[in-house]
Formats: sequence, C-alpha cells, structure tokens
Amino acid sequence: MDISQYNDHGQFCSGHAACAGCVEALTMRVILNEIGPDAVGVVAPSCTAVILGGYPTSSARIPFLHGLIETAAAMGTGVKRGLAAQGKDDTTVICFAGDGGTYDIGIQALSSAAERNEDILYVCFDNEGYMNTGGQKSSSTPHGAATGSTPLGKATVKKNLIEILAAHRIPYIATASPSHLADLAAKVKKAKAIRGMKVLIVVIPCLPGWGVADNEAVKVSRMAVESGVFPLFEVEDGLTYRVASEKSAPVDAYLATQKRYRHLEGAQIDTLQAEVDFNYARLKALEAISPA
Amino acid sequence: MNKLRDDDLQLLNGNHAVAWGVRLARPDVAPVYPITPQTPILEKLVAFQSEGQFDCDLITPESEHSAMAVAVAASATGARVFTATSSQGLMLMHELLHYASGSRMPIVMFNVNRTPAAPWGFWPDQTDSLAQRDTGWIQLYSETAQESLDTVVQAFRIAEACELPVMVNHDAFYVSHAVEPVSVPEATMVQDFLPRTKRSLWLDTGLGRSIGAPAGQEAWHASRREMDVAMQRVKGLTREAGRLWGEATGRAYDVLEKYRTGGAELVFVTMGSMAGTAREAVDKLRQAGLAAGLVRVRLFRPLPLIDLRSALVDIPVALVLDRNFSPGMGGILHQELAAGLCGQRGPRLHGFLAGVGGVNVPVERLVALAREYQNAMPTFEPIWLE
Repeated sequence: MDISQYNDHGQFCSGHAACAGCVEALTMRVILNEIGPDAVGVVAPSCTAVILGGYPTSSARIPFLHGLIETAAAMGTGVKRGLAAQGKDDTTVICFAGDGGTYDIGIQALSSAAERNEDILYVCFDNEGYMNTGGQKSSSTPHGAATGSTPLGKATVKKNLIEILAAHRIPYIATASPSHLADLAAKVKKAKAIRGMKVLIVVIPCLPGWGVADNEAVKVSRMAVESGVFPLFEVEDGLTYRVASEKSAPVDAYLATQKRYRHLEGAQIDTLQAEVDFNYARLKALEAISPA
Repeated sequence: MNKLRDDDLQLLNGNHAVAWGVRLARPDVAPVYPITPQTPILEKLVAFQSEGQFDCDLITPESEHSAMAVAVAASATGARVFTATSSQGLMLMHELLHYASGSRMPIVMFNVNRTPAAPWGFWPDQTDSLAQRDTGWIQLYSETAQESLDTVVQAFRIAEACELPVMVNHDAFYVSHAVEPVSVPEATMVQDFLPRTKRSLWLDTGLGRSIGAPAGQEAWHASRREMDVAMQRVKGLTREAGRLWGEATGRAYDVLEKYRTGGAELVFVTMGSMAGTAREAVDKLRQAGLAAGLVRVRLFRPLPLIDLRSALVDIPVALVLDRNFSPGMGGILHQELAAGLCGQRGPRLHGFLAGVGGVNVPVERLVALAREYQNAMPTFEPIWLE
C-alpha cells in the first residue's frame, strides 16, 4: 500500500496516545477504516485501550466497550447478541486485545466464543509480551527473548495459538503485519464479510519492549515476515491453509534488530533458526494437505 | 402471610418459580452457566424456549465469569439481561460484579445461596452473596418460591429505574427445590408492570460513545458519587415496586417484613428461609406468654437503616440469626445491624451463627433461645447455635 495514496475515512483520529513510532496505531487506522462506521468495538486492557484514549476522549469514531482483560471474546459475544436481539444483526462487532489478553488470560473465553462460532472479528495485537505493563513474558513470547520476567531469555517456545484456534474449525484465521498494509486491509475486508468467528493476529514490534529503534518498527515487522518467524497466512474452516509469504532471509539479521535477543550466542541462534525452519516447513506441509 | 388465589396456582419448586418470573419479565439475552443448585432455573428456561413460550437468546458460555461478561456487554447495547448462578459461580464472577455496577448495567441475576468450598458442600448458606455486599449490587433475599417469582419481576423494574444491577437470592434446597403452590400472574399484567424503558447510556453506532474507558481521579470519584445517589433511590423504588405488585396481585412487599412486632419484648432478625422457622417460634412464644416478633430483612443492599432503626427502637431484645459466617467477626447481618444501630437507643443485640452449613435449626431451638437470652447481656463474640 502506498500510504500517500491511502484513502482515509477518518475512523481513527489523530491525537491518539500511542508511543512515537508505534505501528499499532497505524494498524488500528487501517483496520478501523476498513470496518467502517456500522460497528461496535470491545477492547481489553492493553496498549490498544491506551491508544484509544481515556474518558471523555476516544481516538475511534465507533463506540468501544472497555472490558476486562480476560473478557474480550465474551464481551464481543454479549455485544453481538444484544444488538441482534434488538434487530441490529448487521452491525460488525470487533474485539481488540493484546497477546496477554489472548494467549494467556483470555484464552478460555476465546476458546468458548470460537466453539460457539460467535459472529465477531477478534483482533490480537501480538507484541509478544505484556508490554503495556513494562515488558513481561507472556505465552506468546518467543523462545530466547529476554523480558522483564525472563531476563536470561524465555526457555520455552511461543504458544501456537493458530493451531489451537484451527482445532475449533472456525471460518477464518489470519496473520498480518504492519509491513504489509494492503494485505492487512484485504484480510479485514474478507473477515468482515464472513458470518461467524474470525481471528486476526497482527505482529506488533514493541519499540521499548523489544528494544527496537523508533524508526524501525515497519522494517522489523517486514523482517519478521521474510525470515519466516511470523509468516503471513490464512486458515479457512480450520483446515485450509494458504501461505502468502516466502521464507527468504535468515533469522540472525532479524534477531540483530532487537535488544531482547542480544544475549544470544551462535549455537542458540542456530537453535532458533532450526525452529523457524521446522515451523515454516510444517506450515507448508499443512498447506499441501489442505482440502481443495 | 400473603393470600394465594386459587385460579392460577401451580405446584412449583423455588427455582421453577424463578424461571416463571423470568419468562414473564421477557429478557432479550440470558447467558447462564449451570451449577447445583441453580440448574433447574436454566433447565426450565430452556424448556420454555423449546415450547416457544420464551423468546430470549439463551447463551451457554464456558464459565460464570464469561456469563457475567456476556451479560454486561449485552446490557451495554440496551438489551434486557438475566443470568443465574450460585456459590462458586457467584464468587468466580466477583471481578465482573464490580464492573456491572460501575458501568451501571441493570442486569438481574438470581443467586441460589449455597455453601462456599472448602470443604465442598451443597447446603443453604448466605456467605456467597453476602461476601459480594460491597460490589454495588442491590441485594434482595426471598423466603418462598412465591416471593422469588414475584421478586425477580420487581427486580427488573428496580434495576431499570436506577440503572444498577440487582441480585435476588433464595436458599439452596429449602427454597430452590421445595415444591409449593405458587400463583403465576398473567403475562399482560406483568407487561403493564414492567414496560420497556430507554436507557441513558448504551453502545450506539450513531453516537460513538464508549463505556468504561480509563477515567481520571475526578471522573472516577464522580462515578461513585453517582452510584451513591442511585443507591439512595433504591429503597423507595423497591417499596414502590412491592406496593404496585400488591395492587396487581394481592401480594404486597416492603423492604422489611415485620411479623407480630407490636408490643414485642423480643424479636428475631433474619433473612431468607430461616424466617419461616422464626415465624413459627414467634407464634409458640406468644402462645406461651412471651411477646416475641420477627423482623425479616428483604432488602439487604442498600440496607434500609432508618426502617431497621424505627422497627427495633422500642424493642428490648433482638436475636440476629445469621446463616453465614465471616471468620474472625461472626454473622454478617449481625455486624451490619450493630453498625447501623450504633449510637442510638435500641435493643440489646445478640448475634447467632444459626444453621451455618445448612444444619437444621428446629422451631423448639429458637423458642429455647429466646428464653435463654431474654435477659442476657450481649457479647462481642458470635454465638454458635448447636
């Protein structure tokens, strides 16, 4: 997407409270413009809630219910069912949550909403840790990454939430990146047209949390995609995988952009490379066996 | 006792009476998670729905926590919302209970009072709901199946008038599963009693207002001042709902029930099904020459302090019967009364832990208790009733 040609509908306002250089605001702008005015949002406590702003201001044109951290999917359910009971079934319900609110404390409510195939679009801004509270480990934090609660590097791998969600056989799951905004917009548009549960997981490099330079978040997210660390793909009905990004670069250059990996030594980087290679090959294999 | 009309009587247990009340109140959305001994409420609502008699979106989330989250969010769209729970379920909801009242959602919840674990138990005990007394929910305690049906309808009227959530409670098994003749009102009567009202705050795509966003100190402070003002209206609203219900059905309700308190030398004060036992004990004591009475607290939050003070001011002795236990302090109703009557002329107040864990408290035990404590001096320590 050529951002200078971007047709902004004004659904996300200037004056928001994101950190300077944060690409989550950019991502929210694209998503909210694509969703349009006939929508109600639910937001879990997260960076997103901060960016949306405190009472009595809001950076979004649509109304948001600021829920509790583990309740985004349950509150999305309630908004949708409440609107539907009053004849407003066409209104889109969109949930925003971080990876803490999604992979960790919110997974129970998320699984339940997925099992019921609720007609909501759930967006997880995945910055791979509790960055709004100063940068602690979540179950989305990758293997080896240093956080406030894993100062020597996380000893276990990132939870594969997409496969967990796929096992629920929901209509649509996709990953997205602020480095590929046209792809993001297309996925939001596609999800909006689908009835049932949709989940979008967007990688968000956290400038202070990952130790990324203020002007490098888009570049780092592009490297996450191209190294295969965060591939762009879709899963339809939990079975049909479609992988859109190639694994075209080694992991070490991606790791070198972030302070959270600077303690890693050669053998550890080799381990991470092997994990990324395996995960990407497995993804391609799932794509190969997908039903037509 | 309230009179029953013969023409519309059904044999119902307490929980099925609640379900009838909910059916008549016509909620739009009802997220409910099953838990003993609440489950017959859910099952009866499902049965009504499958018979085409109950047009409501019943949702089955994975936990009570999510059930209340769905309830809050559905209510935030302006929908009328009901849920029901008990014990562990209510305690799992605790975080959301504050959210529901803070965001001013007029949700009605029925709670079946049951012992909290550990150890596991399924017995009548009001500790579960009394432990939620500071969450900003209106709390009503019902004694009978009939009262539970009547109160659940009144609860929607009260909740929607002041935009605060209401919790109605009755005791596990003694009320929830005991079968009694219950008068079921006409649907048209309830529609007149409980019209649809427009809310002051809801999620409206045309307006774009958000709900629950982070607030500064002054806005947060103001939100609690506004809740306080709303809470101060509740006693009047409860009384009005009870009076109008009485005009329509012949069964009027007040915030307190006073039974034979005129000229009483001693009264029992209690909530829920214990009042039935106490009422019989009062009759026996009166027959035997001791002028006994009963004050049953129906509205516990907000506690109708002025009414309690005037009900008790001329009575020499009050025996508070608590079927709950706050370890380190004693009975919760006893604490509340002691605080509420502090600094004014009033009865000698004795606090009893009576029937904790659902153990039986026979009429004869209360008769003996009245004689034993008629002239005793109160103690600070709670007294366990054996």
